[in-house]
Amino acid sequence: MTGAVPGHRIVKSRLSFRDLVAESVAGMLARPGRTVLTILGTVLGVAALVATLGLAKTAGNQIVTRFDALSATTVSVSNRSDSLFRSPGPEDVSAIPWDAEDRLTRLNGVVAAGTLTLVDTGGQLVSSVPINDPLGQSQFAMDVLAVSPGLFETVGAELRTGRFFDEGHDARHEPVAVLGPGAATRLNINRVDQQPAIFIGDTTLAVIGIIDDVVQEPSLLEAIIIPNGTARELFGTGAPAEVHIRTEVGAAYLIGDQAPVALNPGDPSQLRVQVPPEPRAVRSGVESDVNTLFLVLGGVSLLVGAIGIANVTLVSVLERVGEIGLRRAVGAARRHIAAQFLVESAAMGFIGGIIGASTGVLVIVAVSANKQWTPVLDVQVPLLAPLAGALVGLIAGLYPSWRASTLEPVEALRGGT
Amino acid sequence: MSNIVELEGVTRTFPGSPPVEAVKDAHMTVADGDHVTIVGPSGSGKSTLLHILGCLDTPTSGTYRLRGLDVGDLNDGQRTSLRGSEIGFVFQSFYLLPYRTVLENVMTGLVYNRNPRRERKQRAIAALERVGLGHRLDFTPRQLSGGERQRVAIARAIAPEPGLLLCDEPTGNLDSKTTGSILDLFDALRTDGLTLIVITHEERVSERGKRRIEIIDGILAEATA
Repeated sequence: MTGAVPGHRIVKSRLSFRDLVAESVAGMLARPGRTVLTILGTVLGVAALVATLGLAKTAGNQIVTRFDALSATTVSVSNRSDSLFRSPGPEDVSAIPWDAEDRLTRLNGVVAAGTLTLVDTGGQLVSSVPINDPLGQSQFAMDVLAVSPGLFETVGAELRTGRFFDEGHDARHEPVAVLGPGAATRLNINRVDQQPAIFIGDTTLAVIGIIDDVVQEPSLLEAIIIPNGTARELFGTGAPAEVHIRTEVGAAYLIGDQAPVALNPGDPSQLRVQVPPEPRAVRSGVESDVNTLFLVLGGVSLLVGAIGIANVTLVSVLERVGEIGLRRAVGAARRHIAAQFLVESAAMGFIGGIIGASTGVLVIVAVSANKQWTPVLDVQVPLLAPLAGALVGLIAGLYPSWRASTLEPVEALRGGT
Repeated sequence: MSNIVELEGVTRTFPGSPPVEAVKDAHMTVADGDHVTIVGPSGSGKSTLLHILGCLDTPTSGTYRLRGLDVGDLNDGQRTSLRGSEIGFVFQSFYLLPYRTVLENVMTGLVYNRNPRRERKQRAIAALERVGLGHRLDFTPRQLSGGERQRVAIARAIAPEPGLLLCDEPTGNLDSKTTGSILDLFDALRTDGLTLIVITHEERVSERGKRRIEIIDGILAEATA
C-alpha cells in the first residue's frame, strides 16, 4: 500500500487471529454474569437437541433390543390363504409336507422348527374322567392342535409337569396329549403321573404333560396338543397348516428365503413366509416419531438462544461505543471491529454448545438410568453440537458486528466512557 | 526541521440547513518537535479540527498533509493504518477498557500495528514507566485516580511511538494539581522528540505550549507567544 508520496509507506494495520481471539475472549470475560445469561439460551437449545436425538436413539434401540429377543429369530410359514389347495378335510392338499420339521432342521441357521395344525374334530366336545358334580361342567369345546415335536422348543414352551411327546409317539400314532395350562384347569387335571385319560368325543387320549407357559403362540395355552401322526390316524388331518421356525440370531431373513424352497421345491410361491420386520425400519420409525416433535422444540430454543445472543451483542456494541471509537483511533480497521464482535458472539455460541451438549448427554444418561435403558448416542451429535452453537452465535452476531463496524470513529468518540 | 502537519485552506462543512462550517479555510503547519496548543471556546470547531488532524475525519475542501502524505487521497483503511502508526490520541474521557488491567489497556494500542507479541509487553511496560506508572501494571482503571487514568491513556498513546500526539482537552476531567503533573509529563515527552498538539480551553494548559493557535467560529489565528 503506497501512499501519495513515493517512498513513504503506510504500515497496514493488522490483527492476528490469536490477538483477535484474545481480544474477543477478554471482551466476553469482562462481563461474566451477562455472558453466562446470554449463553443460557444456546445451552437450552443445544441441550434440547442433543437430548432429543439421544433419547430417540436410545428409545429406538431399546425397542429393537426387546424386539430382537422375542421375535427377531422367528419365521413362520403358512399356506397362502387364497390358495386353491387350502380346503379342509382328508383330501386337503397343503404345500407343507408332514416332514417339514426334518426338512427345516437340516437348514443351517435353524435352531428348531415344528408344524402347527388346528385339528378338525368335527365339533366333538372334550371331557376328562367324569366326576360326579351336578353343578360343574364336564364337557368342553376346545381346540385340538396337532404339532410336530420340535414345535415345543420352537415356541419356547415350558412344562409344568410330565413330558412332551417325541418322534416316537408321532411315528407310532400314539393316543397321547399334552395340555395347555388353561385346558388342564378346565379339565381338572393337574397331575400326569397316572397318565389321566381325556376324551375327544369317543376317542381316548392319555395326558402325558402339562405346559406351564409359552413364549409364543399363546393358542397352545388353551388347547389340547397331540402328535401329528395321532391326528392323522384319529381325525384324518390332511396336512400341516403352518410351520414355525426359530433361527439363529440374524438368520431369520436367510431362512425366510430358504424355507419355502425346502418345504415345497415344486412351487415355493404357494407358501407365505412371515419374517420379523427389518429392525432398522422399526428403529427409524420410532426415531422419526419422537424426533420431529422435539427437534422442533430444540430448534425453537436454539432460535431463542440466537435472538438472545443477537440482543446482548447489540446492547454490548452500543455500550462499548467508546471502546470501538478508541480501537478505531489506535488503528483498528472496520473489519477488525466486526471480527471482534463476531468472534465474541460465535464464542458465546460455541461455549453454549459445549455446555448444552454436556447437559444433553447428562439428560440422556439420567433418563436411561431411570428407565434402565442403554444410553445410545451418535458420536457426531455431541461433537457437532458446539459447532452448531458457534454457527448460531456467528449468525446472531452478524447484524451487531456490522453495526459496530459502521460506526464512524468521530461519532463513537463523541459518546463518552 | 520538516513539517509533520500541513493544512492548506482546509474547510469542513457539516450538511444541514443551513450548513455549518465548523472549520473555515484553515492554514497551519506544525514542525517536528513542536508543542502547539489550540484554544477556543466550546463550539468553536476545536474538536472538528482535531478530528481532521487525527485522520478521523476528512476535510470538505483543502489539503491536509501528514508527513507529506495527502490524507485526502487515502481511503478509510489507509487512514486507519496511518492513525495506528503515526498518531497517538489522548482524550478528555480516557476511553480505558474498565475491565482490563492497566498493562492490557496500554497493549490495545499495540495490537493492530504489527508489533511482535513479545515486544508488545516490553513496549507497554516501557511506556507505563515513562509516564510513571510502572508500579500499577496489574491494576484496573477503576482502582486508579483520574490523573493516573490519564497517564495510562497517555502511555497507550505513546506506546506505538507515533510522531504526533493529539490531545483533546487532556486535563478537562482533572483537578489543578493533577493537571500540573500531566503538563509536566507533556513537557518531558516533547523533549523526547514527540510533536504535541493539545486542544484546550484552559489558559494554564495553553501557556505551556511553544505555539498557541486560537480558533473562534472555525477561523484559526496564531498568536505569537
